[in-house]
Amino acid sequence: MKQSITLGKVTKFMGLGFLSTLKDLFTGKLEKEDLKSFLRKVVVPLASILLFLGLWHLGAKSLYNTEAEFKIEKALNDQGPEAAEAMRECIASGDISCQPNTLPSPAKVWDSYQSLLKDHQIISADKAAFAEKTAALNEKRVAEGKEPIVYTGRPSFVDQIFRSLKTVFAGFLLALLIAVPLGIFIGLSPTLKSAFNWFIQIFKPVSPVVWYLLVFMIVKTLLIDSSEDSSFTISFISVGLCSMWATLVNTAMGVSAVDKDYINVAKVLKLGTFQKIFKVILPSSLPLIFTGLKITMSVGWMVLIAIELLAQSPGLGTFVWEEFQNGANDSNAKIIVAMFVIGIIGFLLDRLMLFVQNSVSFEKTDAI
Amino acid sequence: MSTIIKDKKTTGLEENGLFPSNEVMLDLKQLKKVYPTPKGDYVVLEDLNLQIKKEEFVTIIGHSGCGKTTMLSMIAGLNPISGGNISVLGRHIKGPGPDRGVIFQAPSLMPWMTSLQNVLLGVNQVFPDATKVQRNDIAKYYLQKVGLEDAFHKKASDLSQGMQQRVGIARAFAIKPKVLLLDEPFGMLDSLTRGELQDTLIDIWNKEKITAVMITHDVDEAIFLADRVVMMTSGPRAKIGDVLEIDFERPRTRKAVLEHDDYYKYRKHLIDFLEH
Ligand SMILES: Nc1ncnc2c1ncn2[C@@H]1O[C@H](COP(=O)(O)OP(=O)(O)OP(=O)(O)O)[C@@H](O)[C@H]1O
Ligand SMILES: [Mg+2]
Repeated sequence: MKQSITLGKVTKFMGLGFLSTLKDLFTGKLEKEDLKSFLRKVVVPLASILLFLGLWHLGAKSLYNTEAEFKIEKALNDQGPEAAEAMRECIASGDISCQPNTLPSPAKVWDSYQSLLKDHQIISADKAAFAEKTAALNEKRVAEGKEPIVYTGRPSFVDQIFRSLKTVFAGFLLALLIAVPLGIFIGLSPTLKSAFNWFIQIFKPVSPVVWYLLVFMIVKTLLIDSSEDSSFTISFISVGLCSMWATLVNTAMGVSAVDKDYINVAKVLKLGTFQKIFKVILPSSLPLIFTGLKITMSVGWMVLIAIELLAQSPGLGTFVWEEFQNGANDSNAKIIVAMFVIGIIGFLLDRLMLFVQNSVSFEKTDAI
Repeated sequence: MSTIIKDKKTTGLEENGLFPSNEVMLDLKQLKKVYPTPKGDYVVLEDLNLQIKKEEFVTIIGHSGCGKTTMLSMIAGLNPISGGNISVLGRHIKGPGPDRGVIFQAPSLMPWMTSLQNVLLGVNQVFPDATKVQRNDIAKYYLQKVGLEDAFHKKASDLSQGMQQRVGIARAFAIKPKVLLLDEPFGMLDSLTRGELQDTLIDIWNKEKITAVMITHDVDEAIFLADRVVMMTSGPRAKIGDVLEIDFERPRTRKAVLEHDDYYKYRKHLIDFLEH
C-alpha cells in the first residue's frame, strides 16, 4: 500500500492544519458543515489578531499622549509658555528630536521592520562588493599561507538572527549529546539514579545568568592562551547547560518506565544488553525523549537572548540590548520587531521539533 | 475459603507425582511462592506439584487471584522461586530463556516494529548461525501459519488486537521453544476472534507438538484445547486441586467436541470444582 503525500497531510503533520482549510476555501471545496470549523479555525484567529492590533494601537496612542503632555508640561514649568508652545509644535510636526519615547504603535513597528530589511539589503550588497574586491587578494594570501581578510562591518538584523540560530542549535546539540546518553544510563541503573538525583534536583532550577557566569569562569581560563573570541563558545555552552535538564529528566524517566511487557519479552528472548537498549528500550522511550528535546529547544531559545546579552555574543540578544542602550528614535520599535521575530522563530522551532518527532517515533503527537 | 480436594481417582499415575522420567518435560516440585507485603508475608503457592509430559497440552483453570499467573511466570523464569524447584527435561531452570516461549495476555509486540521484525527479534536471537534469508524464511513461515501473509510489513501498532496476538503466536512458535507458556492469551478478544485464534493455535500446535501450558478462564476453551485440565485451589497457599483427562482424539473440530457424549460430563466436572 502506497501512501500519497498531500498538502493537507503535510500541514496537518506540522500542526498547521488551518492552512489546508484555507486552501479548501479558495478551491471552493468547503462544505456547509465545514463552515463552522472554518469560522473557528480561520475567522476567529484573524479576528483576534485584528483585535490585538487595535488594542495595541489604542494603548500606544494613549501612552504617546501621556508622554507628550508630560513633555509640554515640563517645558512650561522649566522654560515658560513659549517653550511649551514650541514643544507642542515640534511634537505635532513629527520632528525626530522631540518625539515622546514610549511604546511604539503597530504602524511604527512595521516601518522599522521595513527599514531593518532595507538595512540588511544595503549591508549584503556591501558585503558582496567587499568579497568581490578582496577575492583575488585573498586567494593570494591563502596561497601564501596567510589568513584571508574577512568582512568586519556591522552585522545586519538578519545576520543577527542567523547568529542566534547558530548559537541555539550548537547549544541544543550539546544538550542532546550530554543529556540523552546520561539520561539513558541514569534510567537504566537505579544506582546511578540515586548518585545523580541530588545533582539534577539542585542544578535544574539554576538561572541562566548563573550558568553563564559559571561557564564564563571555566571557559575563560581554558581558552586563556587563545586569542579567539570566546563569546560564542561561552554562550552556546551556557544555552546547552541551561536547557538540557528537561531532556535529561525525560530520557531517564522514559528509559526507566519502559513497559514491563517489553522488558519481559526481552528477557524471555535473552536479548543482549546492546540489543535490549537499541531495539527495545530506546525506541519505546523515544516519545518521552522527544518531549524533553522539544522543551530543551524552547528553553534554549528563550534563555539564549539573555545569555547573548550578557556574553556580548552577536545575535538577537545583543541586538535588543544595543537598541535599548542606543535610545534612538526608532529603537523601541526595533525592539518590538525583535520580539516578534523571537516569538515567531520560537514557534517555528517548536514545529520543527514536532515534525522530527512525528517522523521518527511510533506515537503521533498532535500540535497544541 | 474452599480448598476441597475431591475426586482423586481421575488423577491416576501423577497422583504419586510420577510419570516415567523420560516422558516428563516440565516438573514442578514442592513449589512455593511468598510475596512479602507490608502486612507480612503472603504465601500464594505452597506444596504445588505438577508434572507435564512431552507434547502435552495442559490448560490451567482456577479462581481469579489464586496464583495462576504467578506459577506461569515462575516457570518462565520471570518471577523468583521461594521454595521447591522447577525443571525442564530434568534440569533446574535458572531465569528466563528461549527454551520456554511465552505468549502474554497483552500481545506485547514492539509497536514500532513491523510484524516481521517482531518475529525476527526472537528468530535472530535463537538462530544466530542461520543466514539472513533463512531467518527471514522462518519468520515468514510462521506468520503465514497464523494467517498474516499479507501483513509482514505492517507496523504492529496498526494491527487489530486479534492480529497482534497472531503475531505473538508466530513469535512464540518461531523460536522453537521446548515449552510454550500462555497466560490467558485470548482473554482480551471478542468471542468470535477468540474462536478463530483457538483454531489457529491448535492447528500450528498439531504440527509442532510443543509442550504447552495455558491459563484460561474459559471452561470450553480449556476442554477444547487440552489433553489435561489442571484445576488450582483458591489461594492463599494454592496448590493443584484436581486434574481432568480429556479423552478426545486429535485433531479435534469444535463441532465434534461439542457433540461428543463426554463433553458435558467434563464440563460439569470443571464447573463443580470451580463452584466449590
Ligand atoms: N508482585 C506481587 N506482590 C504481592 N502480591 C502479589 C504480587 N503479584 C501477585 N500478587 C498476589 O498474588 C495473588 C496471585 O496473583 P496472580 O496474578 O498469580 O493470580 P491469577 O491466578 O493469575 O489471577 P487472575 O486470574 O486474575 O489473572 C493475588 O492475590 C495477587 O494479589
Ligand atoms: Mg493472571
